[in-house]
Amino acid sequence: MTSVDLDTTLTRRIASRSRRRFGEIVWVELLGLSIVLILAILGVIVADVVIHGAGHVTWTFISESPRQGLTEGGIYPAIIGTTFLVLLMTAAAVPLGVATAVYLHEYTPPERPKQAWKRFRAAEGPDRRKLFGTVLLSLLAKVTRSAVANLAGVPSIVFGLFGLGFFIQFVGRAMDAATQPAGQILWGQGNLLWAALTLALLTLPTVIVATEEALRTVPPELRAASIALGATRWETIRRIVLPGALPGILTGAILAISRGAGEVAPLLFTGAAYYLPFLPEALSSQFMHLGYHVLILSTQSPDVEATKPVLYGTVFVLLVLTFLLNLTGVLIRARTRSKLRAGG
Amino acid sequence: MNVTTINMSAGDRQSEERATKIHEEPEASPKIQVRDFNFFYGDLHVLHDIALDIPEKQVTAFIGPSGCGKSTFLRSINRMNDIIPGARARGTLMLDNQDLYAKAVDVVALRRKVGMVFQKSNPFPKSIYENVAYGLRIGGVNDRRILDDIVQTSLQRAALWDEVKDRLDSSAMALSGGQQQRLCIARALAVDPEVLLMDEPASALDPIATQKIEELVYELKSNYTIVIVTHNMQQAARVSDRTAFFMLGKLVEYDDTNTIFMNPKQKLTEDYITGRFG
Repeated sequence: MTSVDLDTTLTRRIASRSRRRFGEIVWVELLGLSIVLILAILGVIVADVVIHGAGHVTWTFISESPRQGLTEGGIYPAIIGTTFLVLLMTAAAVPLGVATAVYLHEYTPPERPKQAWKRFRAAEGPDRRKLFGTVLLSLLAKVTRSAVANLAGVPSIVFGLFGLGFFIQFVGRAMDAATQPAGQILWGQGNLLWAALTLALLTLPTVIVATEEALRTVPPELRAASIALGATRWETIRRIVLPGALPGILTGAILAISRGAGEVAPLLFTGAAYYLPFLPEALSSQFMHLGYHVLILSTQSPDVEATKPVLYGTVFVLLVLTFLLNLTGVLIRARTRSKLRAGG
Repeated sequence: MNVTTINMSAGDRQSEERATKIHEEPEASPKIQVRDFNFFYGDLHVLHDIALDIPEKQVTAFIGPSGCGKSTFLRSINRMNDIIPGARARGTLMLDNQDLYAKAVDVVALRRKVGMVFQKSNPFPKSIYENVAYGLRIGGVNDRRILDDIVQTSLQRAALWDEVKDRLDSSAMALSGGQQQRLCIARALAVDPEVLLMDEPASALDPIATQKIEELVYELKSNYTIVIVTHNMQQAARVSDRTAFFMLGKLVEYDDTNTIFMNPKQKLTEDYITGRFG
């Protein structure tokens, strides 16, 4: 190669390099800009709520029932109602979701149905029956996974309608028919239990997906070590896999809780009340809810200006409550993580 | 788990073993007997008609190029391959004259009898103490005194006790690579196995840690039947009494280690150990 050739290739290379540099700078700036945008939006929302809402939050506001057509008094029943609802929802969604994910990830075959089917077709003799079971389980896993994915995409109002149709009209009515005197309705109407179960269904996909992801992060070498020491599959799951996956599972639970605490649409049909001066005292009680209260205040008030401070105050409390729930989850997760690292 | 054996100190156990030795025939039957053993991953035939005897309380090394099936064969001895879908064995593999692949075999009990140490050290993210106690807790031993006792003996046997005795409750993850591997050996010893399978136990370690593992293997063979897979020819020559050379899923040659390295009968073996391929 002559020196002239070398020169031209070099110049060309440098030119293309600087063009690429320019493109790269543009992209990086755009990425940075998107972060700024998101922070700005979040900042505006939070600032708006804090400026208008924080001042209205007094002891009376968080410890008393609403009065004067919701323009006076507080939102205590709604705070308690929301807390109960979220706790019940968590108690229903997390165990069921974790159990589903453990079964999917640990007990169903890792192969796809097609591969299992191919092996079944090729097999002979006594293996065949076992392989048919493998095919069925693999199919079950596939169907469940896509059902979960689809469940995550269903609009929340549809969950509300499902809750109304299934829990209240079907299960509730049947329970009434079996336990209550004729004509009496106890379970066949919206209440804390049905609302919590409906929300649990809504958050279930989050829990399942997060848990399966967390199970996937437990190194296969640890499972092998446990099995090689004579542990059964269940012992390995209980003592090695679940503790290792716990931080990830908690992350899923946190996400589910935040989502569930803010949902209103499913509650419209399943038990949230417009106004109740008392607290829910049983699973069959109706309840007030912060998110629903916000909806009521902003759409049902005869005097919009009079309810505005109450509205902002309620939103502020809802944000703080969700934040606190999140924080608790994050703290628990941080503790289990450091415990894992230190060897618990 | 037999509690009476747990309670015995190492010395008691050795003397008992010596006592039983006297009653045995001088030419005892081999610990592990393999005949016409074949292994498949789905359609893939990875082991072809393996036949060999592994003597008790000696070190048997498996050598051979990568992918020759030596690790698969090692894992067949405690049936760790069972957890791989599509894995299937044919032929006989007998431990103490019992077919390991018979229907009645309790795989969990088998794995307690045949311990295993992996290539990559894999301590649990728990304390040093809980790592060693794991197998015992699984077996239902929760008495603190018994646990303390066995944790100490196991760590001593794995030549790790002096380094960790003051920090048994700290995390196993904080140990060095070599210490972690010795911890894994201690963990395997704690359930009182008869056979110890080691799958390239020193391949990820530095020379000093490797030397410690090799010394340990040499120590352990007075109590355990050891089968070790290694890529390191010198290691096989140093630690083992018998050596099996595998290639392409077949057992090419199996003999005393000295014979294999000094005077191999097969041309293939000679080419491999002199480094002409592999």
